[in-house]
Amino acid sequence: MCMITLENVTKIYEAASGSITAVDNVSLQIKEGEIFGIIGYSGAGKSSLIRLLNGLEKPTSGKVIVAGRDMANIKGKELRKARQEIGMIFQHFNLLWSRTVHENIAFPLEIAGIPKETRKKRVDELIQLVGLQGREHAYPSQLSGGQKQRVGIARALANNPKVLLCDEATSALDPQTTDSILELLVDINKRLGLTIVLITHEMHVIRKICDRVAVMENGKIVEQGEVLQVFRQPKQEITKRFVQQVVEPEETKETITHLLDKYPNGTVIQLTFVGEAAEQPLIANVVRQFQVDANILQGKISQTHQGAYGVLFVHMDGEKEEVARAIDYIRQQQVAVEVITDAR
Amino acid sequence: MLANLLPNVEWDMIWAATVETLYMTGVAVVATFILGTILGLLLFLTSKGNLWENRLANMIIAAIVNIFRSIPFIILIILLIPFTKLLVGTILGANAALPALIIGAAPFYARMVEIALREIDKGVIEAAKAMGASTATIIWKVLLPESLPALVSGITVTAIALVGYTAMAGVVGAGGLGNLAYLEGFQRSHNDVTFVATVLVLVIVFVIQFIGDFVTSKIDKR
Ligand SMILES: Nc1ncnc2c1ncn2[C@@H]1O[C@H](COP(=O)(O)OP(=O)(O)OP(=O)(O)O)[C@@H](O)[C@H]1O
Ligand SMILES: [Mg+2]
Repeated sequence: MCMITLENVTKIYEAASGSITAVDNVSLQIKEGEIFGIIGYSGAGKSSLIRLLNGLEKPTSGKVIVAGRDMANIKGKELRKARQEIGMIFQHFNLLWSRTVHENIAFPLEIAGIPKETRKKRVDELIQLVGLQGREHAYPSQLSGGQKQRVGIARALANNPKVLLCDEATSALDPQTTDSILELLVDINKRLGLTIVLITHEMHVIRKICDRVAVMENGKIVEQGEVLQVFRQPKQEITKRFVQQVVEPEETKETITHLLDKYPNGTVIQLTFVGEAAEQPLIANVVRQFQVDANILQGKISQTHQGAYGVLFVHMDGEKEEVARAIDYIRQQQVAVEVITDAR
Repeated sequence: MLANLLPNVEWDMIWAATVETLYMTGVAVVATFILGTILGLLLFLTSKGNLWENRLANMIIAAIVNIFRSIPFIILIILLIPFTKLLVGTILGANAALPALIIGAAPFYARMVEIALREIDKGVIEAAKAMGASTATIIWKVLLPESLPALVSGITVTAIALVGYTAMAGVVGAGGLGNLAYLEGFQRSHNDVTFVATVLVLVIVFVIQFIGDFVTSKIDKR
């Protein structure tokens, strides 16, 4: 079942300097209970897109259906009611500094008209859920960034929403805090079966928690699919660059050049594994079956939400035909091979 | 001893004048706070990119605020004489000073309210909208509480200005310490009366400043 459906959605801003097409004819379907990531560089239109989902922006044309509601055409009370079923968290947390943690989390419940006693119970539950016990009476100014985002998450979940929207929710946090917040999001997704839409410019975030990903460029969705699939076969140039962010550390290129100088004979190949392939004793099999020497130069395996993804650089030496046969064999094992030496 | 130093000071007169000044200032501050907050909210809400964005309404309110803010207070009193007569029935006494005090101070305070509201992070207002808050909820539960320290320090400054205004109004016949200093002190060359009246005005100003600072620091959780 689809929780969110976008059909030919376009958003054009009329600014003094002319009109800007922030979202350009986007069609998208997001399933109930999945974690869907949207990645793109600054100005790609990600925030505009996510803001269409809770009616903070109205589309210039196209259809926006969230949890069965036509977000483009509802107004007033109905829109406010619909928004209570869509939680949102923000890059800069957007907490009310004049309220304590407890009061901030209670705010959406006040808006929903929940009586005081029930409100207090629910806030206590939420504080447990996000792990902020003991900090109920602190003010936002007394919290760390990670704790502030936990308050943001608790607040967004207060009215038991069906959908959680995350606009760069971890971009203001350090890597360790980012990971703990991402873990919390996965936990919530599993426990509550909540549909999560998150936007980011970091592939790391997509890799860690998303089931599916859409890549956005100049207002358009240029590529989308299962995260592992996109990692395995990125089609667009921009997607390749994002994938490189996580699988190839900065220094790889330098290292490889250095290795090519060090091994003038033979072939250096880059193997890209996905899922089960990453767990086979592939190199051992190759050495056993073919008359080649194989030497692992460098490797990295990243864990995605759906399985492993790895890159391995291997130096192979032996008869030309034998090396070619070995490479063919590797290709048959669902592992992508790229010969590096020849590219030099 | 005090009687020797201040031969012309009649303490019951001083006391009555002080009460009048406090009364005029107090009533004017409360009314200015309410009227100025409403005007400031309207200025903010009708401005570009906000909840009730409306260029025409914003221009009209801004024009009214600016005009009344620019008229020197002493001239405002004179201009308002017919209005005051209609409203209060007289142009003498403490109550007669109130219309001019409020109309003079409210636009001044409205600007401070508008600036305070503009300081609020847009993201917080957006978060409230995303939670399904109505405009009334946003005003009462986001805009006013989030800007409260600035509203309080603004009303402190305004209250102090109002003490000065009451003294000016006193010269034109409104009563209070200003009136006393002018009639009893200046016109009859009783410098000791002028001196005591001045000291009392200063004390009132210091007390207002102290209370304002104290309350602001108590409610500011940033
Ligand atoms: N309210 C607005 N009025 C006019 N133009 C806007 C408005 N909001 C966004 N834009 C423009 O739309 C384009 C997309 O902006 P958007 O904020 O959606 O990008 P983004 O992908 O979220 O970028 P970032 O990563 O920097 O947040 C930009 O060119 C931006 O200048
Ligand atoms: Mg953005």
